Amino acid sequence: MALDRWIALIFIAFCCIYGYLAYFTMDDLLPPFMQRNPVWPSTFPKVLTVLGIVVGLVVLLGLEKPSGDEQPSATDINYRRLHEYKLGQALMLLALMVLYALALRPAGFLISTTVFLIGGSAILGERKWYVMLPVAMIATGFVWYLVQQVLGIFLRPYPFFMGT
Amino acid sequence: MLEGIMIGLSAAFSIQNLLMVVAGCLVGTFIGMLPGLGPMSIIAIMIPVAITLGDPTAALILLAGVYYGAIFGGSTSSILLNAPGVAGTVATSFDGYPMARKGQAGKALTIAAVASFSGGTIGAILLMIFAPALSSVALLFHSAEYFALMVVGLSAIAAFAGTGQVAKALMMTILGLILATVGEGALFNMPRFTLGIMDLQSGISFITLAMAMFALPEALFLVLNPARGASGAEGGANKITGLRFSRAEARAMAPVIGRQSIQGFFIGVLPGAGATIASFLGYAVERNIAKGADQAEFGKGSVKGLAAPETANNAACTGSFVPLLTLGIPGSGTTAILLGALIALNVTPGPRLMTDTPEIFWAVIISMFIGNLVLLILNLPLIPYIAKILSIPRNYLIPFILFFTMMGAYIGQNNATELLILVGLGVMATIFRFADYPLAPLLIGFILGTMLENNFARSMQLYRGLDFIVERPMTLGLLVLALLLVLLPSYRARRARKRAEGVADGD
Repeated sequence: MALDRWIALIFIAFCCIYGYLAYFTMDDLLPPFMQRNPVWPSTFPKVLTVLGIVVGLVVLLGLEKPSGDEQPSATDINYRRLHEYKLGQALMLLALMVLYALALRPAGFLISTTVFLIGGSAILGERKWYVMLPVAMIATGFVWYLVQQVLGIFLRPYPFFMGT
Repeated sequence: MLEGIMIGLSAAFSIQNLLMVVAGCLVGTFIGMLPGLGPMSIIAIMIPVAITLGDPTAALILLAGVYYGAIFGGSTSSILLNAPGVAGTVATSFDGYPMARKGQAGKALTIAAVASFSGGTIGAILLMIFAPALSSVALLFHSAEYFALMVVGLSAIAAFAGTGQVAKALMMTILGLILATVGEGALFNMPRFTLGIMDLQSGISFITLAMAMFALPEALFLVLNPARGASGAEGGANKITGLRFSRAEARAMAPVIGRQSIQGFFIGVLPGAGATIASFLGYAVERNIAKGADQAEFGKGSVKGLAAPETANNAACTGSFVPLLTLGIPGSGTTAILLGALIALNVTPGPRLMTDTPEIFWAVIISMFIGNLVLLILNLPLIPYIAKILSIPRNYLIPFILFFTMMGAYIGQNNATELLILVGLGVMATIFRFADYPLAPLLIGFILGTMLENNFARSMQLYRGLDFIVERPMTLGLLVLALLLVLLPSYRARRARKRAEGVADGD
């Protein structure tokens, strides 16, 4: 089974869970006065569940024939060649992003962003530390100045133990 | 009217107001380039500045300049990084980004600038002519028609996804609609599908989803397959000087610009529709009109495909001023913020604005012309420098794209959980891309989902049930059109296949 059909199967399962929540759990919470409304908070999700399962089945069963003139080009992305790709780098970058998300508040914007930018280039194979360090630090400082001082959106610059 | 135009001309050409236009466009363009800050947030940020000016004419001119600049700046990041910061420029990235990857970034930006300029200017002319008359037409559209119009829009997007892709596109649209139901809707005041997680209470933010659908998978692909990045970056570095488009391309673009200025403007007039729907619908319509090789080019870097949404969204921005200035009803989030600013300045927009304070009304319209001109003059010389972004080495470019993606999601909400949602949705989007699912319908479904449900619920309440479908002929007509749009491609494909089989049997 091709990847797109697996996704359709997962989508149908997802719709079933979504539909379960919409059909069986939401209406109990509705206050009595709202039950006199012709449209409930669960109405639209119920319609979507049905539509989603129908369309998902169409994809899963392949009722719509593909056009057939698919020729994957060399630069286009193709999951069958996944093992040839630099999967490790991509996963490490994703992990770095998660780390950044978790560190942003406690470590402050300046430190976490500088580390993120340097770490990102290092993962991609950059080794010129004398370029990476100043680039990351200047970019971080500039973005912080723009966002905090010019636009007035608060970003905590320093780690939590150094005050806000 | 002529007298009003003269008053407006003299007001708009005062030194102070000219400065305001230039300043507004500059600020708008540069902030608009940052993904994550759309026109709405930029205008909101600029309101304190505008109010301290004290002069309502100058303030409105400044804010209108910011609005245009932001839309234009947003198209820059769509074209160069595939990171649309504004819903209205999502359609721009469909053809703009492939063009940039082919090494025609300069040309793409020039086309965007010219198309925006034409759309904005033609829109302003239409605004002058139609403003009074159009306000009465806009009132004829009720929530039932809006609901039907959005259904048409969604099915048009799916129907034009290409052969063999309609079901997949519909599936993505429905997933987008499902994601839009997460959080607390305005209509019901009760959290839905939050799974008890506090951070989902306000729903998934549009910016986060846009970043996750477009920018993040693109950056990941650049990492996975370095060959992909190399071809684009090298070509980009070589051909950045190629800013001009050929005469043949200009000839191909001209009718598109003409049609889309008018269509975009009228869609913009409808409250609630605005630049986003105008650009998607413009793209879909032009793709459907185009024939043969021209149509196949769409999505791969078509000149028409880039010009259509760019023209339409600028024309729609102008159009969205009609209900604001003539009825005092804001048609979009952005004009709602403008309305707030105007009230703070002691001006009440509405039918009496044109008679009571004609100088404000006309000065704003005249300054739209000036603003569009300023944007063109400002941006054309800057394009080679902007396009240079693509020649930055990938070891630096990719971390920065990821960083700006996350900043965009973060500063809107100031919530680090948003970043985790971003990474999760981004991985999901990457898998979808691997399986050849189109992602644009998902985002469009998400954007229109809330509006769709609200209008649906409102018409259900007004008619105490589904009667509005039969009682309003326009609604029924639009819904039938939507159904035809979805079924037509598969019918056509089946007929073509039957014919092909028949020929094969005959041999």
